[in-house]
Amino acid sequence: MTLELQKPRPIWQIMFSTHHTDVGLLYLITSLTFLFLGGSLALGIRAELFLPGSQIIADSMTFNRIFTVHGTTLIFLFIIPFASAVGNYYVPIMVRYKDMAYPKLNAIAFWMIPPAGVLIWLGFADFTWYATPPYSIISAPGPAADMWIFGLKILGVSSVLGALNFVVTILKCKHPDMSIGQIPLLAWSFLSSSLIIIVAIPTFAAALLMLLTDRLGVSGFFNPAMGGDPIAYAHLFWFTFHPEVYVLVIPAIGMMYEIIPRFSRKPIYSYNSGVFAFVMLAIVGFSSWAHHMYATGMSFTEKTVFMVGTLAAVPASAMHVFNFVATMWNARIRFSTPMMWAVGGIALFFSAGAGGVVNSAMPLDFTTHDTYWVVGHFHLFVMGTIAFGSIGYLYYMFPYVTGRMYNETLGKIHFVLSFIGTVLVFFTQHVLGLYGMPRRIYDYPPIPEWIAMNQIASIGAMIIGISMAIFLANMIYSAGKGKPADTDDPFGLGGRYYYPFEAKNPSH
Amino acid sequence: MSGHSNWPEWIYVAVVIALMAWVGAEAWETERLIEHVPEDAKIIIVTGQQWFWTFEHEDGTKEIGELHVEVGKAYKFEVISKDVNHSFNIHDYVVLMDAIPGRVNTVWFAPDKVGEHDIQCREYCGLIHYNMRGTLYVTEPSS
Repeated sequence: MTLELQKPRPIWQIMFSTHHTDVGLLYLITSLTFLFLGGSLALGIRAELFLPGSQIIADSMTFNRIFTVHGTTLIFLFIIPFASAVGNYYVPIMVRYKDMAYPKLNAIAFWMIPPAGVLIWLGFADFTWYATPPYSIISAPGPAADMWIFGLKILGVSSVLGALNFVVTILKCKHPDMSIGQIPLLAWSFLSSSLIIIVAIPTFAAALLMLLTDRLGVSGFFNPAMGGDPIAYAHLFWFTFHPEVYVLVIPAIGMMYEIIPRFSRKPIYSYNSGVFAFVMLAIVGFSSWAHHMYATGMSFTEKTVFMVGTLAAVPASAMHVFNFVATMWNARIRFSTPMMWAVGGIALFFSAGAGGVVNSAMPLDFTTHDTYWVVGHFHLFVMGTIAFGSIGYLYYMFPYVTGRMYNETLGKIHFVLSFIGTVLVFFTQHVLGLYGMPRRIYDYPPIPEWIAMNQIASIGAMIIGISMAIFLANMIYSAGKGKPADTDDPFGLGGRYYYPFEAKNPSH
Repeated sequence: MSGHSNWPEWIYVAVVIALMAWVGAEAWETERLIEHVPEDAKIIIVTGQQWFWTFEHEDGTKEIGELHVEVGKAYKFEVISKDVNHSFNIHDYVVLMDAIPGRVNTVWFAPDKVGEHDIQCREYCGLIHYNMRGTLYVTEPSS
């Protein structure tokens, strides 16, 4: 069977294609490009914080711009497009349909991402990914801030279009012989996260417009000098972006649901509890947004309500962990690279969740809020869980996309180094937070504990950097010169897989 | 679905829910206690602006970047901001409250030992956010 990628074809044929695997490939390449761009900014941040005083970044303005673009890039231009890449490759074949429901809309949703990325990178705004007013209204320099707002606006529209497409594809285009209870858990994860996007994103879209008109001086929604309230922005922002956390993590868990049973050579322990936990997370995710705002002067009652809403999400997340562990229990596991990433991701997911319980408890949050604890906490999710699941899945789909095998040894080295690095950076940052180091600071006083912790974290970051260089070399070399893969059973696990390449070469 | 009994998972979920209920109840009880401001607490108005802290005592004396308080007394901070959002923080005493323009947020503490502690800003506020620092001096009562 000839794989699509091995046929010589001009690049414009892929670029102007609306076929779901071609759009998936575009998403994949774009998201990985931004992974390396955003990751290099992180190395800059860590190098700067290796010692007190100015190291490699000349001034705090540059530093503030770097961490803003780092966060924006990795969340909106790596994690979300990467999930869309996987969804594009797999969701149509999992529901046994010939393509996405709206192929042209699908291509349009993708093509909104590069201009948005260009706006964010050329602007290089400095007001953090949270764009807090009144700072973002009265203090943040334009046009960077305005370019960021437009970039995010475009990305929001792109997400909603992509989400609508997934929902319609799954609910309306699935094969008539399949009931909704038979679609794989990966497809369930896309259904849940897409529904969250459709409900959550419009709120932030409105807030962004209000922020823009505030910046232009024609309105004062969030500007206290004109009678507005910055807390209103915080509510609108977190109403979108706390559920958005689940939008990021749910597809990654879905990817683990594809990898773990396959490499354990066992069916999933409980399909029903996986579905239940996805749907629960999608609903409960909306009840916890203001736990980001305990310190803004909320009343005791408000804080209590949002603490309960936050804790309510824990059992659902814990059900996923249980499901994974129970599936691996007494199984003949083959620890190929994708499985190592998935298992490592679960371990870090558990740690991240445990740390999250601490943040949600009201009195403890006043110790950890806006310190490096929080930085370590959410990076264990975005890096430890989501990037680990995603990279594992990338290794898993690599033979189907390229028709070649990656180098297994390098893949394992990549995992081991990344895992060590992630633990060094983000566990240490939790401790740093307990010592009281605020986040988003360019320089810090020479407190011995702070210096030691920062140095461990910076060394961990360099280890991750090295592992990512190995990853890049492995991917590029193997895509062109790797061993041809056995596309029926590339990992030697037996059984049938989902074969994205069959979407263009139907054999039956 | 897969035909096997699922009781281990239900026990596990029940344990997790019980744990969360315990965490929630403890947090609720603690927060309720620490939000109770003593009636004799002295008021200090804390003003955050780019990029320093100003403190105004009840008797009208003002301090910039430094705050002198006496050991064993309770103080209630009224935290306000002149420009953008800041967050008033004395990490050693777990004092943390956002300074938000247009609002007065309150938080209190009662220092129990003589000493010096760092005051810092924990909410991103721009160029010199990293150095928006001060010092808290806890001294023996003067009289």
